[in-house]
Amino acid sequence: MRILLGTIGAVIAAIVGSAHKAAAQAVGLPESGGMGFQEPASPIMEQLVSFHDLLLWLVTGICVLVAGLILWIIIRYNRKANPVPSKTSHNTLIEVLWTAVPVLILVVIAVPSFKLLYAQDQTPPADLVVKAIGSQWYWTYEYPDYDNMSFDAVMLSEKFFTDQSAESQAQRAEAVGYLQNFLNSDKTPEIHRLLDTDTRIVVPVGKVVKVLVTASDVIHSWTIPAFGIKVDAVPGRLNEVWFKANEIGTYYGQCSELCGVRHAYMPIVVEAVSQEDFDRWVERAQAEYAEAPATTRLASISH
Amino acid sequence: MANSAQTHDAHDHGHPTGWKRYVYSTNHKDIGILYLWFSGAAGVLGFLLSLLIRIELQEPGVQFLPFLTGGDMDAAHQLYNVLVTGHGLVMIFFLVMPALIGGFGNYFLPIMIGAPDMAFPRMNNISFWLLPPALLLLLLGMFMEGPPGGMGAGTGWTLYPPLSSALGHPGPAVDLTILSMHIAGISSIMGAINFITTILNMRAPGMTIHKMPLFAWSMLVTAFLLLLALPVLAGALTMLLTDRNFGTAFFDPAGGGDPILYQHLFWYFGHPEVYIMVMPAFGIVSHVVSTFSRKPVFGYLGMAYAMVAIGFIGFIVWAHHMYTVGLSVDTKAYFLAATMVIAVPTGVKIFSWIATMWGGSVTFKTPMLFAVGFIMLFTIGGVTGVVLANAGVDAALHDTYYVVAHFHYVLSLGAVFAIFAAFYYWIGKMSGRDYPEWAGKVHFWITFIGVNLVFFPQHFLGLQGMPRRYVDYADGYVFWHEVSSYGIYITTIGVLWFFGIVAYVLMAGKKAQANPWGEGATTLEWTLPSPPPFHQFNELPKIK
Repeated sequence: MRILLGTIGAVIAAIVGSAHKAAAQAVGLPESGGMGFQEPASPIMEQLVSFHDLLLWLVTGICVLVAGLILWIIIRYNRKANPVPSKTSHNTLIEVLWTAVPVLILVVIAVPSFKLLYAQDQTPPADLVVKAIGSQWYWTYEYPDYDNMSFDAVMLSEKFFTDQSAESQAQRAEAVGYLQNFLNSDKTPEIHRLLDTDTRIVVPVGKVVKVLVTASDVIHSWTIPAFGIKVDAVPGRLNEVWFKANEIGTYYGQCSELCGVRHAYMPIVVEAVSQEDFDRWVERAQAEYAEAPATTRLASISH
Repeated sequence: MANSAQTHDAHDHGHPTGWKRYVYSTNHKDIGILYLWFSGAAGVLGFLLSLLIRIELQEPGVQFLPFLTGGDMDAAHQLYNVLVTGHGLVMIFFLVMPALIGGFGNYFLPIMIGAPDMAFPRMNNISFWLLPPALLLLLLGMFMEGPPGGMGAGTGWTLYPPLSSALGHPGPAVDLTILSMHIAGISSIMGAINFITTILNMRAPGMTIHKMPLFAWSMLVTAFLLLLALPVLAGALTMLLTDRNFGTAFFDPAGGGDPILYQHLFWYFGHPEVYIMVMPAFGIVSHVVSTFSRKPVFGYLGMAYAMVAIGFIGFIVWAHHMYTVGLSVDTKAYFLAATMVIAVPTGVKIFSWIATMWGGSVTFKTPMLFAVGFIMLFTIGGVTGVVLANAGVDAALHDTYYVVAHFHYVLSLGAVFAIFAAFYYWIGKMSGRDYPEWAGKVHFWITFIGVNLVFFPQHFLGLQGMPRRYVDYADGYVFWHEVSSYGIYITTIGVLWFFGIVAYVLMAGKKAQANPWGEGATTLEWTLPSPPPFHQFNELPKIK
């Protein structure tokens, strides 16, 4: 039994460990064949992952216990091995035990669970506020701190990835050029099928970013798995969520509430850059995207 | 089954024969059989929808569905959403509920409590005959205009506004879906009234409520859940219907309404609904486990009141489906705590089943294989439920494939395994013919391997962030989606195999004994011949 448990422990450790492996470059993306969370990229996600590790040990233990008992019944209490059944149908002690022990386990779970829940909810003083507005089927981002500059993020066409024709590839190069120009970066951005948009939310690394989320038509949901955040974009409501990117990098998410025909085609991309790069970006972006006054924007949302 | 009508008795009033026997039927056994055939047909339909979904998802890109839409990509995306919606609604309302409640409930509950029939036989008839039109309306909706320029209701089974409002789906598809749910709901409410009345008033002399078989307990709790939950769904759907057609604004923020109100109402029904589906399974598994262990159920009273507790707590946890909508943190904390409490009575049930087998003299016939499979898989689905109950972790897992894996483990691998366990346990009793044991075992293993291959990898997809209800996915999700699709091909072989067994039993099955399972089978149906006479218990059995 001890050897069995040891082996299972090693397997779980391998699964859990694979999620913690340090990536060469911070990119919040799913990994093919991946079995755990994406690499945590914010303090909240780190807390979430370590709490989930605890849960995984507990629930795996419970499943192994149940499987082990069933296995023992198959070996020891089959009709050949045990021709005469016992008549036991009560045992007060064991019934009290299997009620009380789960309660204790739940208490063990509840303490870190409440800690995580309240940590997610309490936004520290924000360094930057970004507003995300979901529409069928793209996101609009606003920076109220910077003249309410605003831009849309629309998914990059699939044919950039699937169609090898010269025309598509030229369009792809153009889109990448546009994105690089938008990001004000000297590096050519990498793009991913179904995950990338023509613009990105640019934020300073290590700073608290508060995201206000709403929708203009149906319900959408704004999420970045690597940050451990997800909040619904509900028309008529303004929801709040926050994150702090640990490292410079690109972090991907996808709309997570069924929103109609092109639900799978409105991804979310956050680009975390150094404070200096952010300042330079914001200066250029402000000049380009600050044309819409706040009042008309609000009116258009709450039509 | 045809020969079940041959047993006459002195008080027989000349019951109808031929098609009239079933269409006009007021006999709980005939109505139960009708329910089972209906759920079998609906199950095939729901399974085909899921097969189309998994074929599309086998590879990244949208390749398969455009064949069905003549190459129109947006129509293919909408078709995917319609398939997801249809699969959910068909499986819940037209497979699991009719099979467990209408089918096995109708057939065996009166027999198990020593009653001659249900309390309201004519209402029983109308309960069943409302279901085919409900299913027809749902199917009709798939071919009506839904979203602007698109076909069918692609709203998910939850029908959240504003996607299901005139804004998202202006066409009549959603109206038909709502009417379908209304009719299916009326059917279920009448069924629930019938079961409650029958159980409370028609138990055989001496069968006190604390001597009632656990299947009867499970039906009693289920019936109360139906009675209390379905009217709330009916109300929410009616409000949605008037929002869509008569200019009200219950769920429209522009008119002072709130889409989240709908979600509260929906899940006030929706969470008990999942227990409505799995509670009868609890009852069936208890009987099968006890029969094949040749031991009485361990901790009978604990088992019965665990179901009552699960039913009660099931009504006060609904907002754990809504952790990301913007609830206040204290609200989330409450629903977190309340949800985790359900693990305690559920644990009592799992451990009591194991204790029932412990020390027993266990034979692993097909029904027992499915029951043990149920216990194992329901445990896995249960513990992932505990993970999801934690609102903090749910921020990462909400609306991902982890949730899909979780609820398919408790329903597809839980409730459906119980349906198969019940089928093999009782088919001899119902048809008077035995199933071939080896074929049943083969069916179990094909199904067990197939469904686990479909759903276990979906946990990994969810942890990696794969959102639900996506017609296409990023390249990082390719591997496990492919594995999952291979699983359903194996499952398809299992489904075909199963209907082969059904055909064999009905056409060539060997004659069944009154009690093929031996001394472990102690409930009243095993005291009757197989199949039971058209009217049983003209003289009520006395329970010591």
